[in-house]
Amino acid sequence: MTIGLGHYLAVAAMLFTLGILGIFLNRKNIIVILMSVELILLAVNINLVAFSTFLGDIVGQVFALLVLTVAAAEAAIGLAVLVVYFRNRGSIAVEDVNLMKG
Amino acid sequence: MILPALFFYLFAAVCVASAVMVIVSKNPVHSVLYLILAFVNASGLFVLMGAEFLAMILIVVYVGAVAVLFLFVIMMLDVDFTELREGFLQYMPIGLVIGGIFLFELLLTVSYWVINPSTPKAITAAIPTNVTNTEALGLVLYTKYIHYFQLSGMILLVAMIGAIVLTLRHKASVKRQDINVQNARTPEMAMAVRKVAVGQGLQDTDAAEWVK
Repeated sequence: MTIGLGHYLAVAAMLFTLGILGIFLNRKNIIVILMSVELILLAVNINLVAFSTFLGDIVGQVFALLVLTVAAAEAAIGLAVLVVYFRNRGSIAVEDVNLMKG
Repeated sequence: MILPALFFYLFAAVCVASAVMVIVSKNPVHSVLYLILAFVNASGLFVLMGAEFLAMILIVVYVGAVAVLFLFVIMMLDVDFTELREGFLQYMPIGLVIGGIFLFELLLTVSYWVINPSTPKAITAAIPTNVTNTEALGLVLYTKYIHYFQLSGMILLVAMIGAIVLTLRHKASVKRQDINVQNARTPEMAMAVRKVAVGQGLQDTDAAEWVK
């Protein structure tokens, strides 16, 4: 019943896959896509902390802290862009984001 | 010995289950609440691993800031979320296939691996055993990685300024005080002395000049 590194990596792998699946399934809802990105970053953090603990190196936790910072900044900017987009177009459907036909 | 294992399975199961609910919920508000549940359980996993500081930071940053931000935006935007769910079933098969392949590959990697024997020798900063996790993190973060720490602070500053610049707007209909215009105003600009003819008053043709 000993919980090893592999158990944590498996949980992180499942969370990562669910995040990617969320992007596939909710292709029109950009809010849920942003939440899926948060899930992916959480999986990455679990991986970093798991390796940090099981190898006895604290640098992994420092890096997880930095990832956390960037994730928070990314969520703030993403939601700000979303609000501005909704103000201009009155909808947040991802498919409408082709104004510039790039 | 069995208690940590039980708690691991509890936290892991609830975390994965709520992550499933995040992506299949019909209502985005429910998605955010399940996201909070997933983060709280992930912080439970962090505590089990011995990263107490990161566990608490995860709750403070995600549940306290990011999830509330999501809730705020969802409730502020007047969006019909039912039409955004169109195509959910259409993308389900391809999504499940790709997700299944991805998960299979990841689990395959996770289950067959060995740590390089030279890795334990290459440890940059070993976890000290005589201090708490928070102190150990601080001892490294504020000395060896101080530049990364300051850089992350700059990232947060840029994100804050960027979010304000993006969402701030000046409505033309709202009157604002403009100090420079007020200071530049002279009595000649603000007032005019008129001779008013008896019995006629000010004519409407003068109206444009009144407002000056």
